[in-house]
Amino acid sequence: MPTAAHIGSRSEVEQFLYHEAWLLDRGRLDEWLGLFTDDATYWIPLEANQADPFTTSSIVYDDRRLLEIRVRQFQHPRAHARRPAPRTVHQVGNVQVTESEGPEIRVGSTLILIEYRHDRQRVWGALVEHRLRRTADGLRIAAKRVDLVNSEAELDGVVCLF
Amino acid sequence: MNVQSIKGLVQPDRVHRAVYTDGALFELEMDRIFGRAWLILGHESQIRNPGDFFTTRMGRESVIVTRHTDGSVRVLVNRCAHRGARVCDAVAGTAAEFVCAYHGWTYGTDGSLRGVPLPGGYDRPAAEMTKGGLARVPRVATYRGFVFASLAEHGPSLTEFLGPLRASFDDFVDRAPAGEVETAGGVFKHAYHGNWKLVLENHNDTVHPAFVHASSIWAAREQPAAAGEAYSEIGVRQMLQNGAPWEVWENTGLWVAGYGHSWMGDYHDDDRLVAALDHPGFAEYRAALERRLGREGTARVLGELRWNSIVYPNCSFMSQFRQLRVVHPIAVDRTVVHAYSFRLKGAPEQMFRDTIAFSNVVNGTASPVLTDDLEVYERTQHGLGGRRTDWVYLGRGHGGDVAAGDGAFRGGTGTSEVHIRNQFAAWLEYMTAEA
Repeated sequence: MPTAAHIGSRSEVEQFLYHEAWLLDRGRLDEWLGLFTDDATYWIPLEANQADPFTTSSIVYDDRRLLEIRVRQFQHPRAHARRPAPRTVHQVGNVQVTESEGPEIRVGSTLILIEYRHDRQRVWGALVEHRLRRTADGLRIAAKRVDLVNSEAELDGVVCLF
Repeated sequence: MNVQSIKGLVQPDRVHRAVYTDGALFELEMDRIFGRAWLILGHESQIRNPGDFFTTRMGRESVIVTRHTDGSVRVLVNRCAHRGARVCDAVAGTAAEFVCAYHGWTYGTDGSLRGVPLPGGYDRPAAEMTKGGLARVPRVATYRGFVFASLAEHGPSLTEFLGPLRASFDDFVDRAPAGEVETAGGVFKHAYHGNWKLVLENHNDTVHPAFVHASSIWAAREQPAAAGEAYSEIGVRQMLQNGAPWEVWENTGLWVAGYGHSWMGDYHDDDRLVAALDHPGFAEYRAALERRLGREGTARVLGELRWNSIVYPNCSFMSQFRQLRVVHPIAVDRTVVHAYSFRLKGAPEQMFRDTIAFSNVVNGTASPVLTDDLEVYERTQHGLGGRRTDWVYLGRGHGGDVAAGDGAFRGGTGTSEVHIRNQFAAWLEYMTAEA
């Protein structure tokens, strides 16, 4: 039975999350996409404590295919809401390895995100859970859930990646 | 602003930019349009049992929609009769009474004043005060389970107001094998810095998808096809459908009716999205529908192909895809839209899951599709703020409309701006009619 330490020490996990944030803040979206497994899901629930993404709507619920489309969209010259892309700072904190199961660990963290686009700055706060998998290429994201503290608010369009 | 100057803002094929940008006109709209028209508030499934309630807006008014103890639907202005505080702070819930947070005045689910603490201290006897209560919205009516109300004492009946749009609500509900729909699956609430009319103009604008949604159409086309029934199937297929060729949009029906309403025909040719087209995944659903309606009735219901239906001034819905959007004007340049999903009662659960997947990609606040619409509303509002050019051109298809019976007209082609001209004809009637 592998332990959490087998799959990733806390410092390794922290480095992974910081690297992920770094890729997003530098606009290296293809490399960010490369961190996800082929069966990954990327989920931003609509409701607090939302149980599932299939019977309640989500701000984002992407499988790998929809996530690839979401990332690719930024490249199109007429991606009106995404060009220029927002400039962001992802501040990751309170990293905790909460559970291990087989080749996977669950990691909880907090995210403070500053987003700037079109002369407007927005601040986001979220509780984040990663399910990370140890693969031959290192740690990969098998699932990422981002619970925005204001997910139920009346929100202007959301284009940045969390 | 007098009637003559308001009349000057709307010409047959153009409108003055002030209708989108002038704060004084916005206040008049709240009085004369949102203060008079039937507004959709929600659906009876949100208030199944006595005491159930939800809160919403009617123009400037905050209201509580309740199911009273006698089973009737009541719409109450959410303002304490004493000092004016909002009485009910919840989005929805169940309550025997509403108690004001400020001085404890208590109201029944019909708005009647039930109790006033320390009554001896007021300058009137309690019996006199309790004649008041929460202000009642004077007219409330439902059609096929959808709840409407009007802030005006008098006006057309809901039936007359909806006119041929009733068939769109029929289409919505008749698709349910149990003959009923219910709202479920959460509410998207998206906002934009732009006038409320922009979203209603856009939903039946069939020229915009190729341009506004060019990036999501392209990104979906570049994606390799996936094997089997992935979750993403519905969303990807819908993004691809937005890239339909021009002849499809030109041949899509676009109808308008009295009071500013409109609806468009369906442009989908994808049988996984549209039940009428016989995808095997719909076999169980069709069988369930046939048990209630028979083979012929089912063919008639599924053969009704409507995409967006717009009930002016605050509702846009998709009967085939079970989405309903309620438009809330906040300020002349600020609008909020609440988007609801519905479950077809008696249909296989997969149909509802498809609805949720569809809603995420089409109405979601981070949707690859919707975000580009919101961006364009804001750019339009920005452009209209300049004063060098007064007129907004709405001439596409002007002069080509054809009568379609029952007071309805049809655009000469599906890419006509007939629905926008029709919305402004209604706008002018509301805005220039004396109270």
